[in-house]
Amino acid sequence: MSNETTELLAMYEQMAVIRRTEKAAYDLFLAGLVKGTTHLASGHEAVAVGASFALRPDDYVFATYRGHHHAIARGATPEACLAELMQKATGLCKGKGGSMHLTWAPGNMLGSYAIVGAHLPIAVGAAWSAQLRGTSQVAVAFFGDGATNIGTFHEALNLASIWKLPVIFVCENNLYMEYTPIGAVTAADHPAADRAPAYRIPAKVIDGNDVIVVRDAVAEAAARARAGEGPTVIEAETYRHYGHSRTDPAKYRPAEEVERWLKHDPIDVARARLEALGVTPDTIKGIDERADAIVAAAIDAAKNAPVADVREALTDVWADGGSAWRT
Amino acid sequence: MTETEIITYREAVAEGIAREMRRDPTVVCLGEDIAAAEGVFKTTVGLLKEFGPRRVWDTPISEQAIVGAAMGAAMTGMRPVAEIMFSDFFAVCWDYVANEIPKARYMTGGQVTVPLVLRTANGGGLGFGAQHSQAVENWALTIPGLKIVAPSTPADVIGLMAASIRSDDPVIFCEHKGLFATKGPKPPEGHVIELGKANVVREGTDVTIVALASTVHTSLAAAERLAAEGVSAEVIDLRCLIPMDLATVLTSVGKTSRLVTVEENPYQGGWGATVVSVVVDEGFQLLDAPVKRVASENVPLPFADTLEEAVIPTVDKVVAAVKSVVNF
Repeated sequence: MSNETTELLAMYEQMAVIRRTEKAAYDLFLAGLVKGTTHLASGHEAVAVGASFALRPDDYVFATYRGHHHAIARGATPEACLAELMQKATGLCKGKGGSMHLTWAPGNMLGSYAIVGAHLPIAVGAAWSAQLRGTSQVAVAFFGDGATNIGTFHEALNLASIWKLPVIFVCENNLYMEYTPIGAVTAADHPAADRAPAYRIPAKVIDGNDVIVVRDAVAEAAARARAGEGPTVIEAETYRHYGHSRTDPAKYRPAEEVERWLKHDPIDVARARLEALGVTPDTIKGIDERADAIVAAAIDAAKNAPVADVREALTDVWADGGSAWRT
Repeated sequence: MTETEIITYREAVAEGIAREMRRDPTVVCLGEDIAAAEGVFKTTVGLLKEFGPRRVWDTPISEQAIVGAAMGAAMTGMRPVAEIMFSDFFAVCWDYVANEIPKARYMTGGQVTVPLVLRTANGGGLGFGAQHSQAVENWALTIPGLKIVAPSTPADVIGLMAASIRSDDPVIFCEHKGLFATKGPKPPEGHVIELGKANVVREGTDVTIVALASTVHTSLAAAERLAAEGVSAEVIDLRCLIPMDLATVLTSVGKTSRLVTVEENPYQGGWGATVVSVVVDEGFQLLDAPVKRVASENVPLPFADTLEEAVIPTVDKVVAAVKSVVNF
């Protein structure tokens, strides 16, 4: 079996695990076991997984509140993610962050950010830090089409460009800024890629639902960054399978558009590539079943975990672990 | 016998930063006009020359990117010292100050730390007008997760700058622009003032005056005048709002039984309210008189000198407040 096939099988499996984890999050929300809000990434799997396979383990990833797929792609377990959503002590953030703040620092996934656009300058800072320390690490900021109209997007691109920083800006363009079509509120056809030239940053628009295309685009950008050539903007076209958040039925999306995109499912695209490489349907079925088992076990473990420890309410404001504000 | 060298408050800022940059290569500076121009208030003189352009960076006018990048660098092994030119501009990058930096460690269950310093020129008295003259330590006080420092003398600038840069927690470091020209002894190498330790700058027995940064000097001048009239005032320089040294305040009120706070921020939402609420709660038995807060009027800061004087705490206002509690 070729290296390419082995890698694509691994990517397929990771996307399959993410897809099932997101479905679990949706079902658990409907069952009242996940409260608050969720922003599911079903449909966006190829962007997270393709990018992750192009990066080194010591590269930094920053994501938005729709970030479950990035946490898992960088090594967070489905169990820890679901436990976090279910307010358990075994949650990724001990139940202190919730769905919008999944973070896996051991995998250098330095957070999911709930304020639109906030993490772009933060990613620029991580890239600056890597440049100062001379480590050839790169920082990747994943963000939505909606984030391209907020001030921090523009400040981040400008700063990354003038300081030639090793940062990759990956826009997950799913055509909607929450409930509004992005074209209605953006003075550009390609919200991220069309703005990049104004900041002297090379950009490309890619099929965000083809994991190999994503991997190759991110690999190229990472090589540029490590060679000291500065930032890149990648606009990855993709689509949400669910609504914006919680149980939003997304009625604002035309039925034919939804149908068209569901037919271009990143998992189906990867499966077709695998079959073209000679992988048998049985092998792929085996991976699907393994993904089923992994996520089923994760749901079980998360359900049975204890709730968040009350003592943690007052910990970790400061680096010393405490929260004292006075003598 | 060697004479103690005298330096200005603004020289102390550069000296304090330089001392830390010499001992720790992960300390880097960024801000608008801080490198080549050495700071609009000349508070970073000599840094670019000594440490070079890879440690002292001029940025565009992009407060959100400056502070956001400082956060990202702090999360990944550096100790950035970022300048916000006028403290009023914290409003421009308020998401980072209020929502991102102070919450990152807590929300992630302790997975990240943010060892940065946001230093800024704070306060009024130079006629810069309402949007360049505010004292905003109290803005940061409303947010758990930020340490807040406001030195009143050159020696304290250096000692507190050392502690702030060495701290693994995010620190808002408020330099007072009205104090930049003031002078004081240059402290020896290694001078560090632990965060959260107030300084009793004048001992007294009749009233406790709690002050911060510029109001320390106002309060000391008031104490001189009061002494001539037979009132002995103890003046406490809080130095930090977070950690807030209420132990020192309570000990002092235990001695004097009267409390006056002197705050440059407007009365509404000022830091004195927190001090007073704790003293009235935990030190009720200690008090022999109502507590007075001397603070700016609840208006934007006007430009003309006569108007500004009518708004901000003055020596006259402090003397009057002290007399009212002493004569209760």
